[in-house]
Amino acid sequence: MSNYYQKEIETASRETILAIQNEKIVRQVRYVYEHVPYYKKLMDEKGVSPGDIHSVDDIRLLPFLSKADLRDAYPYGLLGTDLRNCVRIHSTSGTTGKRVVAFYTQKDIDMWEECCARAIVAAGGSEEDVVQVCYGYGLFTGGSGLHGGSHKVGCLTLPMSSGNTDRQIQFMMDLNATILCCTPSYAAYIGEVLAEKGYRPEDNRLKAGIFGAEPWTEEMRRSIETSLGIKAYDIYGLTEISGPGVAFECEAQSGMHINEDHFYVEVIDPDTGEVLPEGSKGELVFTTLDKEGFPLLRYRTRDICVLSREKCSCGRTHVKMRKPMGRSDDMLIIRGVNVFPSQIETVLLNEGYAPNYRIEVDRVGNNDTLDVYVELNPDQFSDKISDIQAREKRLEGAMRAMLGIGPKMHLVAPRTITRSEGKAVRVIDRRKLHD
Amino acid sequence: MAITQLSVFLDNRPGQLAAAVRLISQAGVNIRALSLADTKDFGLLRLIVDDVPRAKSVLSEHSIVLETPVVAARMDDVSGALDRILRLLEATQINVEYMYAFTGAAAGSAYVVLRVDDAEAAEAALHGGGVSLLSDEEMDEIV
Repeated sequence: MSNYYQKEIETASRETILAIQNEKIVRQVRYVYEHVPYYKKLMDEKGVSPGDIHSVDDIRLLPFLSKADLRDAYPYGLLGTDLRNCVRIHSTSGTTGKRVVAFYTQKDIDMWEECCARAIVAAGGSEEDVVQVCYGYGLFTGGSGLHGGSHKVGCLTLPMSSGNTDRQIQFMMDLNATILCCTPSYAAYIGEVLAEKGYRPEDNRLKAGIFGAEPWTEEMRRSIETSLGIKAYDIYGLTEISGPGVAFECEAQSGMHINEDHFYVEVIDPDTGEVLPEGSKGELVFTTLDKEGFPLLRYRTRDICVLSREKCSCGRTHVKMRKPMGRSDDMLIIRGVNVFPSQIETVLLNEGYAPNYRIEVDRVGNNDTLDVYVELNPDQFSDKISDIQAREKRLEGAMRAMLGIGPKMHLVAPRTITRSEGKAVRVIDRRKLHD
Repeated sequence: MAITQLSVFLDNRPGQLAAAVRLISQAGVNIRALSLADTKDFGLLRLIVDDVPRAKSVLSEHSIVLETPVVAARMDDVSGALDRILRLLEATQINVEYMYAFTGAAAGSAYVVLRVDDAEAAEAALHGGGVSLLSDEEMDEIV
């Protein structure tokens, strides 16, 4: 028997949802045109005005927004309201040094937290539950999102953030956590540590997990479900659109329902920008329907996906998206953190190295590893080992400051990084992330 | 006086060391002394050779090469000789970065190559203690 956080809208008819979307899009487009000069300019250049948008069918007339636009608009270029109306920012990686800053009014926060609440209830949560939030808190939206959703549902919220696994387990067992929210690789790791400490799956009180922020396979889901003794649910989101909760899995565990009353989704051909028919594989594009602080129209996520309107046994009528199957850009997700190779290149160039480098990503146990090999310039060579090691350490520090995680840096001899004739292949990812 | 040592950066991969040594021997250069310092990722090969310019030229094709001035001292091949040299340096608080030592073919002689943080002070201290230092030419002549 399904539980819903907001039953009426989650199980509303297609006609009702469409009517809501059509009403909201007209208002959101006018709002953006009047409040966001950056996007107004894009619309004017394309010859589209708010008067041209009568329904969601007209969204295809609007210009796209990309990560590059968000980077160029840093920090206030896409702000949709006066700063005095904003109560928070969250931030995510840009493609180089400039980060993306998203602004939230209280209404934006409430809407976002409601989406997360829907996810928690879909995973079986109620005010009787104890929700352990091990996503990072702070600029990252993971912690705050699930935290807010948990509050809205009325669960007892454990604001653990990530790390300190001994303490996570201590609280999990002593405070009887019933729902775990973290990245899938951290969930797998917690499972291992529990076993090492002698706990069996039936010893914990967990019944469900809500895992996202990185890609994970069905195989990994089954493995986590077995090791923790839970049902594992997928969740999807991005800071630019709000955070986690843009889409969430229900008990059918066969795709995530996108909150269509708040986010309009299109699937496009990443090369041509053409909108593809339903059921096609392509790049997900989201249009916010009722955001105030940071409203985005036709934002290209770079996530490749398939949508399905097949009837879902849970009773929810919102369209489902399968797990993202890859990216149309070169972004990597490492330990839940978005990393762009171009950020790594920026650091190397700033530190005086030539862009002769190789990035290797792998998974050891349940931990993603990141190694960067870069050629030492002759004028950087020293006869002292400690000098060279100090260089590696300095690079690691600069990388950590830029990326939020620290790769292992390796200095190598010149001409050992293969030069390529065409497009340089700089990234080797050995992980199997997609089914 | 200092002698010239060549320092070569080597990736810590099979064949790197052999390739460097092969290049030198194919160029007809003779290695008089060497040491190899290793870390997990790379090695530093330090060489005293009988033809610095030629060795540097061929090694530069393989990797990065640096000329480093080091101090070479002669000592008697007896117990306590190295100890004496190090005490002379310690007395003037000269720091030894690294060193490597070898015996001479002629009975009774041994040599030590030192990288110190202050070469001039080291030379003065060792000279003052009656230790003979070698020049590049004298290194070549060791048998």
